[in-house]
Formats: sequence, structure tokens, C-alpha cells
Amino acid sequence: MNNEITGAEIVLKSLAEQGVEVVFGYPGGAVLPIYDTLFKQNSIKHVLVRQEGGAIHAAEGYARSTGKTGVVLVTSGPGATNVVTGLTDAMMDSVPIVCITGQVPQHLIGSDAFQECDTTGITRPCTKHNYLVKDVNKLSSVFHEAFTIAQNGRPGPVLIDIPKDVQFASGTYEEKNKIIIPSHRLFEPSPDFEKNKIEEAVELISNAKKPIFYIGGGCINSGPKASKLVREFISMVGSPVTMTLMGLGVVGSSDKNSLGMLGMHGMYEANMAMHECDVMINIGARFDDRVTGRLDAFSPNSKKIHIDIDESNINKTINVDVPIIGDVKQVVEKMISVWKGKKYKIDTESLKLWWNKINKWKEVDCLNYNNEGKQIKPQYAVQRLYELTKNTKTFITTEVGQHQMWAAQFYKFEEPNRWLTSGGLGTMGYGFPAAIGAQVGHPDALVVDIAGDASILMNIQEMSTAVQYRLPVKIFILNNEYMGMVRQWQELLHGGRYSESYTDSLPDFVKLAESYKAVGLRAKTTDELDNVITQMIETKNTVIADIWVTKEENCFPMIQSGSAHNEMMLSKDQKQDKKSAEKGKILV
Amino acid sequence: MNKSVYASPDQVSETKRHILTVLVDNEPGVLARVIGMFSGRGYNIDSLNVAEVSNDENISRITIVTHGTSEVVSQIEKQLLRIVPVHSVTNLDKEGSSVEAEVALVYIYISDTNKKKVYQLCDLYRARKIENENNTTIFEIAGASERVNRFIKEINEITKVEIVRSGPVAISSIQKNEEE
Repeated sequence: MNNEITGAEIVLKSLAEQGVEVVFGYPGGAVLPIYDTLFKQNSIKHVLVRQEGGAIHAAEGYARSTGKTGVVLVTSGPGATNVVTGLTDAMMDSVPIVCITGQVPQHLIGSDAFQECDTTGITRPCTKHNYLVKDVNKLSSVFHEAFTIAQNGRPGPVLIDIPKDVQFASGTYEEKNKIIIPSHRLFEPSPDFEKNKIEEAVELISNAKKPIFYIGGGCINSGPKASKLVREFISMVGSPVTMTLMGLGVVGSSDKNSLGMLGMHGMYEANMAMHECDVMINIGARFDDRVTGRLDAFSPNSKKIHIDIDESNINKTINVDVPIIGDVKQVVEKMISVWKGKKYKIDTESLKLWWNKINKWKEVDCLNYNNEGKQIKPQYAVQRLYELTKNTKTFITTEVGQHQMWAAQFYKFEEPNRWLTSGGLGTMGYGFPAAIGAQVGHPDALVVDIAGDASILMNIQEMSTAVQYRLPVKIFILNNEYMGMVRQWQELLHGGRYSESYTDSLPDFVKLAESYKAVGLRAKTTDELDNVITQMIETKNTVIADIWVTKEENCFPMIQSGSAHNEMMLSKDQKQDKKSAEKGKILV
Repeated sequence: MNKSVYASPDQVSETKRHILTVLVDNEPGVLARVIGMFSGRGYNIDSLNVAEVSNDENISRITIVTHGTSEVVSQIEKQLLRIVPVHSVTNLDKEGSSVEAEVALVYIYISDTNKKKVYQLCDLYRARKIENENNTTIFEIAGASERVNRFIKEINEITKVEIVRSGPVAISSIQKNEEE
């Protein structure tokens, strides 16, 4: 038949029809036909990373900053196994990704062929769904279904494994609108169930005396309109609101109702309010253990409303009173119309008392730190970075550890999709490639990876990628020569025995940057800090800013493992009682 | 209930046996997805049975016997539904009334001294002898697991046996309209 094209061409055609603009990848034997087809076209851009792990984090950064689906293309065997961490990361943080892997030709599958691995077997638990495509005629329908599944309901990564012979074979292409996906393969909320529960939920909120909104990453995944509606509803109610690490930016930091982040390193007032509230409205969060602390003491006197698109999150760790399964923007839109329709108003007297109480907690000033001397405090470095970038369109990514928590605490986010961090999996090495992805999606924006000296080395090879594509990503290293969070836990829980948490033989980050033909800057004292940040922002090139910070600073406030929201530690001097410290030690 | 790093606040209900029946697209890897969900999240499978049930639509039915508190089992149901090729999950214990059955094949070591007793017991349980080319004594017994258990216990008291069991399959016995 003359309208037959090769499998590799079907791959590219499917991507083009899905509106894909960029693919992050790394070539290899089992994807050569696809790379050959890529070479012959101009509509889809390819970003060559330096290790496949970088490709998938870059795709995550691209997806989370643009709201589009990130696409990854890697080869079989090691190419596939190198993306496993990123797939798991995307699974935990609900990031829409389509990952294409090459596979050895079908007649070699199972023979332990060169660069063969059971890709679908390995990635089954860390993808939303995966495929091994054996028939070239099914390739286009698989692609269209994969994109739909990646974006539908709770987003997540989908992997398509394509044997090399299928890439060479000829078959017919089917267009997106010709593909019918059976409804059971997608998420579909039941509308009736929602309506009753929504009315119940809104009535509960209207009768609250001490309400609090607890906002998660689901609000960001639901799109910018969701954040707008959530803000609108919260200001109608006049209730305080706290956000999870993944939810930062849904409500602006400067919003008068915002109490900032909650959880292990969250704000004292946010955690206390969660503990004492009488109605909790969870929108798009999942009662993660970093948020709840000890479960048997979690918000003991509240009625809980839980809005989530994934039913398995309901009653998973915390039992709730009013569960609503649905997409945030649809549910909140209905809540607003019920609130307006019934002319609900919350009791202003009790709300005033509630705010008075919260304002008392605010007086504790939980982020206070000692900022004396010429040495740069890591908190101060983030504060200065915020002050000097707040008027620019800025995306912040992070690695994982102390610097991540300081970034969450001290950088103020006013909009969704501007904050990219690895929350669920806690992947060191996420931030730099994610920043590359965000910069690809937003070429004119300022993209800063707030990093630690240990984390940055996990994907430092991507310097080469950033420089090759002239991506002016800024790496802002809070350099304390330690794996800071590991060191902090060792100090608090393991008698200060800093087992393997000191990073000896760190590279000279300035020279490292220069060796990649990027720009390296260094600040050793507070006097140099502003100048270095300004220079970093103004440089139209990839920059590593090596900020030497005090070495043994701890990240506070902190709910130690095994403690509850009302048992926050505000400083090192305030030791946890020994019994719960021992109990907490076995936890993560 | 809780699957969290923190201890469960209150164990609310008792551990019970549940039979789940799961309709899935009959595509490669679907059984691995289901089993992987159980092992990955630390749930139990007591027995598992899978067979294609409709030729035209390519749908298989997986029958899983598990045990857990009702909170755990409800979480299992929800996690199963997240799997893309899963059509539906039914907890037959929640449905109310259902019938279940399993098949056991029993190879019985027989001798002149125990022959009579063996045949009497098999008769009592309506176990059926399966003819085979070697003329060995192989019986088939079908029915509820309880009944099979009792039979095996009693036959074990008489002689040595080898047993294979299918694990239960079950179906809801609630009246249904034909259109459904």
C-alpha cells in the first residue's frame, strides 16, 4: 500500500500530531531508525542530554513549567534503566511524561541480546502504564492512547517500548481523532456522587469556626484556572490557607490568607493551625507523611474534606469525613456556585478569633535565624536571591536536601508552575536537568536551580547540554561541603557522628563552569553576595554561582519524625524528648 | 488501614478473608500489573485464578482471594482500579451473596488395606475418579474451599496423597436484569 510509512516515521508523525515541540533524549543502537527520521525533519526539536537520567528530569521540568507533556527518547538496556529514577519521580509527583525506549528486534527478545532488558517489566511499577509495541500498525494508536493516559486524571509517566524491527517495518498511520479509547482505561468522575458531597462540603465549610485550606500539587496539575478558582474560593471564605511543597504558588505568598508551607519544615503557624482547626479542606494533596507527622495526633478535632482526582488517596492514611473525587477546577467551580447560590457566610466573630490565634502563632517568627557576621547564611542567600529576582519572570528548581527546604521557606512564590522540585521521591540531581527543561520551555525567562554541593554533582554532566543549547540556566549552589540534611539528621538523631556526610574533594565550581565554557562566580562573604547574584542574573550564559555558606546551619523549624504538628522544634536548643526521638529514629 | 511510615492510629476492623473479582483487558502483562501491585504495596494474595471469560471482547476475569481489614481491602480495590486495563473490581463479600467453588485433583496412594476406606470417603464427598492411562487413583473434587479442606484432612488420615488445587473462583448470586 502506498500510504504506508515506517514505524519510525509513525513515531515522529504521532508526536507531531500530539503537538510535541521538543524531545529530550540520547541515541543508541535500538533507536537509530527513530533518530534517522528525526534527522530528516524540522518540526520537532531534539535536546541531547549527557545521561538519560538528565533527559527525563529535563522532560519533567519542561512539563511542570509549561503544563504540556514531556517527551523522552532513549535506547534499550542502559538507556531504559537510566530513566527509571525519573519515571518513579514523575509517578510520585504526577508529572505527564511519554517515554519512548528502543528495544532489541523481536526475534532477539528473551535471548539476553546486547543492550536487552525487560523494559516493560522493570518500569511496570514506576509508570502509570506501559506498552511493548509488537505490531507497527498499532503504533499510532498506542501513541495517542499514551498521551491521553499521561495527561488524563492524575497525570503520570507512560512508557512505550518499541523493538527495532517495528521501527523499520511499514504500516499505516491513524490520526488522533480516529482512535477510540475505551472509557475504563481513563479516569471519569461520577457526577452524581460529586454533587451531593459538594453540597455537604460547602455547608460544612460555612459552619466552620476554625477552617483551614490545605492545598497540594493537584491544584497545579489541574491547570492555571484551578489556582484562580482556589484563590477566589478561599478569599470568599476568608479562611487561612497552607500549601504543601508541591502546592507552593497556588495561592500567592503575599496573599493575606496564606500561612505558607506546612509539614516537616513548614511554618509553625501553618502546622499549629492544621492541628487546631475544626474543618480542614484538602484540595489536591495526599496527606503525605512529610505533611502529617504522627498520624494518631494529626489534626485530632477536625472534620476533613478531601478533594482528589485519585480515589486511592482517599482514606489511604487519614480517614476523611467528606471525600470528593474529581478534578480541582471542576469541583471548586461547583463549590463556589453552591456557596454563592446558598448565600453562605462564615461566622465573622469566630473567624476573627481564629485569625487572632494564628497571628499569635505568627509572632513566634519561626523562620528567624541568627544572621550575624560576614559568613553567608544559606537562608540569607535565598532571601537575597528572591529580592533580586522577584521582579523578573523566574522559575526556581531545586535539588533535594536542606537547600530545597530553605528555598521553599524563603523564596516567595506568587504564581503556580514557577516552582519545580522533587517532592515525593526526593531525587537528588533533579534540579539542574529540570531547570534545563524549564529553560527550553521558557527561553526568555530566568531559570535558577537552587542546589546543594552534593546534589549538583549527581547530574553535573548536563553542564554540557546547557552550554550546547545556549540555555542560560543559573545554578545557585549553597555550598556547605556537607550533605546538609543527612548531617542535620546525624546531629539530631545519631549523636553527631557525621558518617560519610562530609563531601571531601569537591571540585572548584568556578573552574568547573569555565571548563564547560560557562561562567563561574563565587561569593565567600555577605559583602560579595548581592554582586554575585546580580552578575549571575545579567550573564547571558549558563552560570554556576558557588555560594559559600555557613557549614553547620540546620534547617528549622522542624517536626522530627514521630512527632506531631504541635510538637515543632524551633531551634537546636529545643531537644525532642528522648522517648519519641528514639521512636522517630527508625522512621525516614 | 494505614500504609504510612508512621504507626497506625487505630486498627479499626478485624482481618477477614475477601474474594475480589477483577475484569481486565486480556493484554500482555496485565496479570503482572495486578500481582505487582499486591507485592509492591505489601498486600496478601491467598490464591489467584485467571481465565478468559469472553471470546469476543478479549476480557479475562481474575479471581483473587486476599485477607485484610476492610480498610486494607478497600485500598486494594482502589489501587486495582488505577491499573489501566482493569475494567471493574467487585468485592464479593461486600456484594452480599455469592457462590464460590474450587477444584482439587488428588493423587491417592492406595493399597489393599486402605482401598475400601478411600472409596467410601470419596463416595461420601462425591469425589469423582478420573480415568487415566496408567490407571492410578486420581480423584477430582469440586466445591467450596471449606468442603475441599475437610475432604483433604480426612483422606490424609487414611493415606498419603498429592494435591493440586485451583483456588476458589466465585460469582455474585444476586438477581440481575438481563439488559445489564
